[in-house]
Amino acid sequence: MSPDPEQFDESQELRKTEINKYDFKTESNAVFKARKGIDEEIVRQISSIKNEPEWMLEFRLKSLKIFNEKPMPEWGGDIDLDFQDIFYYLKPTTEQGKSWDDVPEEIKETFEKLGIPEAERKYLSGVKAQFESEVIYGSLEKDLADQGVIFTDTDTAVREHPELLREYFGKIIPPEDNKFAALNSAVWSGGSFIYVPPGVKIEFPLQAYFRINAENMGQFERTLIIVDEGAQIHYVEGCTAPMYTSESLHSAVVEVMVKKDGRCRYTTIQNWANNIYNLVTKRAMAYQDSVMEWVDGNLGSKLTMKYPAVHMMEPGARGEILSIAFSSAGQHQDAGAKLVHSAPNTTGTIISKSISKNGGRSSYRGLAKVEEGAVGSKCSVVCDALILDPESRSDTYPYIEIAEQDVSIGHEASVSRIGEEQMFYLMSRGLSEAEASTMIVNGFIEPLVKELPMEYAVEMNRLIQLQMEGSVG
Amino acid sequence: MSDVLEIKNLHVSIGGKEILRGVNLKITRGETHALMGPNGSGKSTLGLAIMGHPSYETTQGEILLNGENILEMEPNERARAGLFLAFQRPVAIPGVKMADFLRHSSTNVRNPDRKEGEDLIPMREFRKEIKEKMAQLQMDSEFARRYVNDGFSGGEMKRAEILQLAMLQPKFAILDETDSGLDADAVRLASQSINEIGHNKMGLLIITHHDKLLEHNPPNYTHVILGGRIVETGGKELAQELHDQGYDRIRKENPDAAQINDENEVAV
Ligand SMILES: Nc1ncnc2c1ncn2[C@@H]1O[C@H](COP(=O)(O)OP(=O)(O)OP(=O)(O)O)[C@@H](O)[C@H]1O
Ligand SMILES: [Mg+2]
Repeated sequence: MSPDPEQFDESQELRKTEINKYDFKTESNAVFKARKGIDEEIVRQISSIKNEPEWMLEFRLKSLKIFNEKPMPEWGGDIDLDFQDIFYYLKPTTEQGKSWDDVPEEIKETFEKLGIPEAERKYLSGVKAQFESEVIYGSLEKDLADQGVIFTDTDTAVREHPELLREYFGKIIPPEDNKFAALNSAVWSGGSFIYVPPGVKIEFPLQAYFRINAENMGQFERTLIIVDEGAQIHYVEGCTAPMYTSESLHSAVVEVMVKKDGRCRYTTIQNWANNIYNLVTKRAMAYQDSVMEWVDGNLGSKLTMKYPAVHMMEPGARGEILSIAFSSAGQHQDAGAKLVHSAPNTTGTIISKSISKNGGRSSYRGLAKVEEGAVGSKCSVVCDALILDPESRSDTYPYIEIAEQDVSIGHEASVSRIGEEQMFYLMSRGLSEAEASTMIVNGFIEPLVKELPMEYAVEMNRLIQLQMEGSVG
Repeated sequence: MSDVLEIKNLHVSIGGKEILRGVNLKITRGETHALMGPNGSGKSTLGLAIMGHPSYETTQGEILLNGENILEMEPNERARAGLFLAFQRPVAIPGVKMADFLRHSSTNVRNPDRKEGEDLIPMREFRKEIKEKMAQLQMDSEFARRYVNDGFSGGEMKRAEILQLAMLQPKFAILDETDSGLDADAVRLASQSINEIGHNKMGLLIITHHDKLLEHNPPNYTHVILGGRIVETGGKELAQELHDQGYDRIRKENPDAAQINDENEVAV
């Protein structure tokens, strides 16, 4: 589904967005809020509230131990977090709604302001809405359910689909992977579970929306997507939070399995407030002749560390990662991608575009790895950075590991500053300085944005516009 | 009363080096002026200075639009006040579609008091207009979807400048070698289009090294610039003379300016 160019022109309008529609707080009474901090008691409490089977509790406790033992990462950005000063679990409501009318009024209003029910009516096949720690609303088109598609929150999946969960959960990203994957594994709550049966092609996207509302909150959703042979899906997630003076933590784990001839596109458009640490682990395994695409739009947050990965496990697998990062004052985007070629004749592409403004810092960190035996593989990495002013910064950390001779590897990187000549040209045609620089930035990311379905392209441009106006945060 | 653009004793430096050394020029709307001079004499510099390029520093003199000094105005304000420059070398803006760019610029220029964020020209109206104008310039309608000057051929670039002139309808337009890099047919088309769009309507300052453009847009005045000064002004026959015989006579009669011009050329 590519955007209709006629309509797309409209999307480029540099109209001023209302106010920052994401920065509002909802007065909501939690039905249960665990005390601050993390320890065995909290982990047991979360598990018992969820009525989990024993194996999941064991998995959580093992993960907690790993979390406690692992040191903080020594690379990436500065993480100044007191793990004992965070709420790890907040249950906003007793039941998940099957219709928006079942959702508590103030939470429903929250998602209405964010445009979710409207999007659902217009162009989605299914929606999950998560508020703090729990998915409070879920829907899926009936004919998809009839075809055997499962789209539920991961907690429900643990109870209702134990065989699939036990086979895949924590197998693509084990808790040992990194400190934050271990943390998520210990206290996870919410997130999406999707299973697409063989040959089922879902035309319109399934979307999840994650909203953090409370202060000092930790959100630890856990998503698992299984695309069976020849099946197809486009999953989209959006994330926002209001601004507080103290830090919150968003630390998700997303595991994706794409079987033979399957196709999965996973699009993230997140616009975190400036007090959020966004430390997320995302990894997909792609089997024979399958295609896995990550489209990753990172806006906002105090620090984002996120490197979606595709492991190409069998011949003919393809991995494509498109990444956009925008960092403004007080923001550090340490974003990138990983491609691991583990089988012959696999193809991987990374295209990364970053923009830094008002003292923001963007780093591209990426891995291109060709393992022994992955002959005939092709891997191409292009990363472009645009720096809008002298206060801002951009760095590139490309890691390349090649264990085979007969492979093709390409790596290009460019850093540019907005040119005086471009600005003058546009301004000489009547555009203000702000309009001209926004136009240049939109042009810079256009090659990526045009890959998005129209609605998300519009959203992306709107978010960029907001960042350019500096009204975020 | 007609609009007047008047340049008085204009001195312009780039990086501390003086390029224009006291230019005087007065254009009344409806008139066509030819500006001719050898390479490096300061023609483009004058155009860019009038439009307000930030690296061109005005050290002395004034640029008056209907008596009001515009030197403090930003380039976008000058555009909204009715000035236009067709660039000798237009700049590529990758990823920005011609149509989006033109819709914004046309809106701003036609509605100079528009506040940022107010509505653009309605899409339908805009699309109809740009289609017509592109057809007049024999441009494929696909062109509106291409990125501004990105990968344009020399001819496409100049045509796109003329399209902008047509859309923005300025009071005064400086056309900096809008006829260069075009084949014979394209020069004729460009010359005719400029005539239709602006001749006798706008105040035109035509910078050219050729004669076709002036044939279709006969100048009321021809100015010769050498070493950053206008050294001679005449009618359209002067343009003809320069085109046929070159600048030898001018150089001989203005040895100081010729020397400055040659020194600048060497310095390049
Ligand atoms: N941005 C710049 N930086 C340094 N020097 C410049 C710059 N722009 C113009 N100059 C110098 O100013 C002088 C006049 O240049 P200008 O481009 O105005 O000449 P011109 O008359 O338009 O020549 P041409 O017929 O070749 O287009 C030249 O010596 C040129 O090198
Ligand atoms: Mg020139």
